[in-house]
Amino acid sequence: MKSLAELAALREKMKEQMNLRNDTEGKIRVVVGMATCGIAAGARPVLQSFAEQVQLRKLSNVSVSQTGCIGICRLEPIVEVFVPGKDKVTYVKMSPDKVSRIIAEHLVNGQVVAEYTIGAAQ
Amino acid sequence: MNELSLHILDISYNSISAGASRIEIRVTETKADDLLVVEILDNGSGMSPDFLEKAADPFTTTRKTRRVGLGLPFFKMAAEQAGGKFKIESSPGKGTTVSASFGLSHIDRMPLGNMPDTVATLIMAKPEIEFIYERTVDGARFKLDTAEAKKMIGDIPINSPEVLEMLREIIFQNEKELCGGA
Repeated sequence: MKSLAELAALREKMKEQMNLRNDTEGKIRVVVGMATCGIAAGARPVLQSFAEQVQLRKLSNVSVSQTGCIGICRLEPIVEVFVPGKDKVTYVKMSPDKVSRIIAEHLVNGQVVAEYTIGAAQ
Repeated sequence: MNELSLHILDISYNSISAGASRIEIRVTETKADDLLVVEILDNGSGMSPDFLEKAADPFTTTRKTRRVGLGLPFFKMAAEQAGGKFKIESSPGKGTTVSASFGLSHIDRMPLGNMPDTVATLIMAKPEIEFIYERTVDGARFKLDTAEAKKMIGDIPINSPEVLEMLREIIFQNEKELCGGA
């Protein structure tokens, strides 16, 4: 049965590989809308999927964060991607299965996945 | 919403917006009373009596992007649909407590759902906040306090993926032990 005591062991293990850089400067920012509309539409699994895959692929230049109501509730779940030096890209009607494509094509290779964007939805 | 854990996540964001430094989530199930009670307590800015009176009205909201706020009304509806009650207590400068009760065996009572994900998501949103999750099933209790967790991990950030994964596991396993899931 896992308990908080296991965290102490984890601390030892992680002390070596600690990457203290926690700020978002210079990083690609992935922002997931988590207002009531977003949560109801399925934003929590989208957020978790991004966090999990960024971690799995060791993308240390990507930060995943949350925001409130973006204002276009009918298109939730919404994910905004801010690449330094580029315009914001707004992905709408997101689902966990769309996450890996966005990570591979947009975040890693710099190619926006046009069909998932708000432009394509309107 | 199709799980209570999503309502809990939603209401907890209200507490975060209210500037809370401590958010306590309590889920208590009592078979004998056929009751499931969810309480979300925060030490945020609280609401004035005037605002409190209208808080559960869908046309009351503090956000500027839209003129409706559905979080509290949806939660109230979920409770009432499952034969339960809904109550908000608040005091300016002290904090707010949202309580929702549900008929435990009521056919329209949605499952509690994925609490590990809800807790992890909240920690990711504001790791500085002390989150306390307490689940009691017929007297048997499991409690997770992120302040305690932070003591165990020292200077490792609580929102590190490895720590969050472990906290998820801890919640999952302990909840399973309490009641076999659901």
